[in-house]
Amino acid sequence: MDAIILQILNGLDKGSAYALIALGLTLIFGTLGVVNFAHGALFMIGAFCAVTLQRILTLSFEQVDPTQKDFLGNPLKVQVPYVESWFGPDIGAFIIDWAVPLAILLAIPVMLVIGIAMERGLIKHFYKRPHAEQILVTFGLAIVLQEIVKLFFGANPIQTGAPSVFTGSFDFGALLGMPPDVIIYPYWRMVYFLFAVVVIGAVFSFLQFTTFGMVVRAGMADRETVGLLGINIDRRFTIMFGVAAVVAGTAGVMYAPILAPNYHMGMDFLVLSFVVVVVGGMGSLPGAVAAGFLLGILQSFASMNEVKSVIPGIDQVIIYLVAIIILLTRPRGLLGRRGVMEE
Amino acid sequence: MSDLKKGISRRQVIKTGLAGIVATGIAPTIITRAYGYTNEPTGSTVKFGFNVPQTGPYAAEGMDELRAQQLAVEHLNGEGDGGMLNTFSSKMLKGNGVLGKKVEFVTGDTQTKSDAARAAARSMIEKDGVVMINGGSSSGVAVAVQGLCQEAGIIFMAGLTHSNDTTGKDRKANGFRHFFDAYMSGAALAPVLAKAYGTDRQFYMLTADYTWGWTQADSMKTFLEAEGWNMVTDVRTPVGAGDFSSYITPVLQSGADTLILNHYGGDMINSLTQAVQFGLRDKQVNGKNFEIIVPLYSELMAEGAGENIKGVYGSMNWNWQLSDPGTQAFVKSFGEKFGAPPSNSAHTCYVQTLLYADAVERAGSFNPCAVVEALEDNTGSLEGISSASNKGFLFDGMGNGKTLYRSADHQCFKDVLVMKGKESPSNQYDVLEIVETTPVSQIYYEPDHEMFGGAEASLGTCNPGA
Repeated sequence: MDAIILQILNGLDKGSAYALIALGLTLIFGTLGVVNFAHGALFMIGAFCAVTLQRILTLSFEQVDPTQKDFLGNPLKVQVPYVESWFGPDIGAFIIDWAVPLAILLAIPVMLVIGIAMERGLIKHFYKRPHAEQILVTFGLAIVLQEIVKLFFGANPIQTGAPSVFTGSFDFGALLGMPPDVIIYPYWRMVYFLFAVVVIGAVFSFLQFTTFGMVVRAGMADRETVGLLGINIDRRFTIMFGVAAVVAGTAGVMYAPILAPNYHMGMDFLVLSFVVVVVGGMGSLPGAVAAGFLLGILQSFASMNEVKSVIPGIDQVIIYLVAIIILLTRPRGLLGRRGVMEE
Repeated sequence: MSDLKKGISRRQVIKTGLAGIVATGIAPTIITRAYGYTNEPTGSTVKFGFNVPQTGPYAAEGMDELRAQQLAVEHLNGEGDGGMLNTFSSKMLKGNGVLGKKVEFVTGDTQTKSDAARAAARSMIEKDGVVMINGGSSSGVAVAVQGLCQEAGIIFMAGLTHSNDTTGKDRKANGFRHFFDAYMSGAALAPVLAKAYGTDRQFYMLTADYTWGWTQADSMKTFLEAEGWNMVTDVRTPVGAGDFSSYITPVLQSGADTLILNHYGGDMINSLTQAVQFGLRDKQVNGKNFEIIVPLYSELMAEGAGENIKGVYGSMNWNWQLSDPGTQAFVKSFGEKFGAPPSNSAHTCYVQTLLYADAVERAGSFNPCAVVEALEDNTGSLEGISSASNKGFLFDGMGNGKTLYRSADHQCFKDVLVMKGKESPSNQYDVLEIVETTPVSQIYYEPDHEMFGGAEASLGTCNPGA
């Protein structure tokens, strides 16, 4: 029982990330009809926004400390962050500590600009081309972005800590009357799950309750008619691309303390998120979210030792197995609509 | 008209194709037949191939290896301050290239994958004409590339590879390993761990699912159980998994009080960080503090894991903090050129490149079989070990003290370092401290040891490729 609860909790944070990326993928696919394989790279860039802000905040000047020596035996140069010298050590340390949540403020404009630039600069030219070519060009773009990040940040994962108030873990077991330390769950992963719920809720309300959202939904259903009504639907779709980039980017920012950002994290998530979109049903936003959590939790279960001892290696194929089964029984995915990608 | 055009182009395609087949297939055979061994250098230069992971979870290690290899080539060609050329016990290398030929190099990306590594190695052998391949940061890759070099008639000077299999059941006459192995780590670590944490521990292992992980898990289990510890379970995890949380959460429920992470590179940074995030190290199990152990350490991993590494035990082949003249010379030239101390993967690649060059000088030829003979040497032996297998090429001044390249399995024998994450580092690079230098006599094993393929394991015969 406790092991099951544990793996459900474990699946929640991974599922949150899948759901957030898949939401953006579906949004882009539903509005622009493009399969965006660079979407994982946007998630990765988001995570590196957190790294970048942390680097900026810890930008330091050198002070030579003659009492200590460095590895070559020269006097040690001590790094003092500018932030600490400007605001005083306490406030400075507090700002540095909260670098990851603060990075959301940096990520929103950055991702919006990157998203819109991507759409206007490259993807726009591929709307009328076949899906295979769209996949190739976005995949290529993802590799380019990845290599640029590697050039600047190196290949190793970069530790990006959550604010110190969120370190440590919460004892769920004690809440349910179990002995201590049976079910523990890090605070930051809870924060991430709540964050995902808020973002997903915000995107849905935006589409459901605003005029802009209504027009976008109408455009997703019948682009031509909306155009004939004299509405510039292309501009709205471009903005939706930007929104999808922001969702992926902020998802990446908040994920940085869970998984130390590295340059290929986007690709790892993209492939799975794409499966999530297919399982959820191409073009279905609720389907993407539901499938994201479902597959995240399933993947956690499959990595349990009890399961692995019955079917070795199941943890690496479970998602694809489930995808095959769902597509065989429900070819449009869980919540897929008739007519999407079928013309 | 268009048909005619097509006809011409088809003919051209066939012509070029045939020319290509002749160039890549037959021509090299003729050349090798004529001279007796693969890629004999005929001009004023000789080419080395450095095959390292430039992408994938071990990429940071690979990039450090490349820096060291670049430095080794500079030193061989007489540029820079000469580094370990000045401290190496063999005085054959003069900084005028190798056998008077200037050393050049090409690089390949193993991508931390066996098939990509073989493809890169094949291209360096066939297109670039390298005489030796060095580097790599994964045993899966090392075993694959070593096999390829054996077939092609090239010398393989392994980089960082820690699986027992590399010089165990998969040993090859054309392959040589300077780096230590999982058996040596287990033999060095277990007594130190028993002293620090007691002889009554329940350990849980997470193991990277390939040759290195398997042999390291096997070695750790053997040596820890000999100290009275008891294994709860050993869980295999995929390489590059990223998020290890679903493997970590069951640990506390299992009743284990120690977690052993048989992970490396980016994987180890992630699994250790996540284990700390889940609060494992703050827990008490069986009345003892929960402990984490990382049997194979590297400076780059330690730097990447930051705070989380404090107090964690592991082992290393070499560390820049050693005080011998060889280490100091190498750290100085590497540190001044690249602004950071070298990692132990950088060190092993640097040393392997120099050892190869020295063997060529002593043999007076680039012929792989002559080089194998020079590296086996058989005139040297380590003091304090009475065994018939204790013979090979003995050298010193390369940072590890007296070292034996054992002729029986092409494995180096030298002291092993037991390390621990430093509690209060004084700078960014000062993350590990040396707890103990385990003498080579304590970690020596026979070449027909059962963990190394038993009596059936054989080097085979050297292949010059002719």
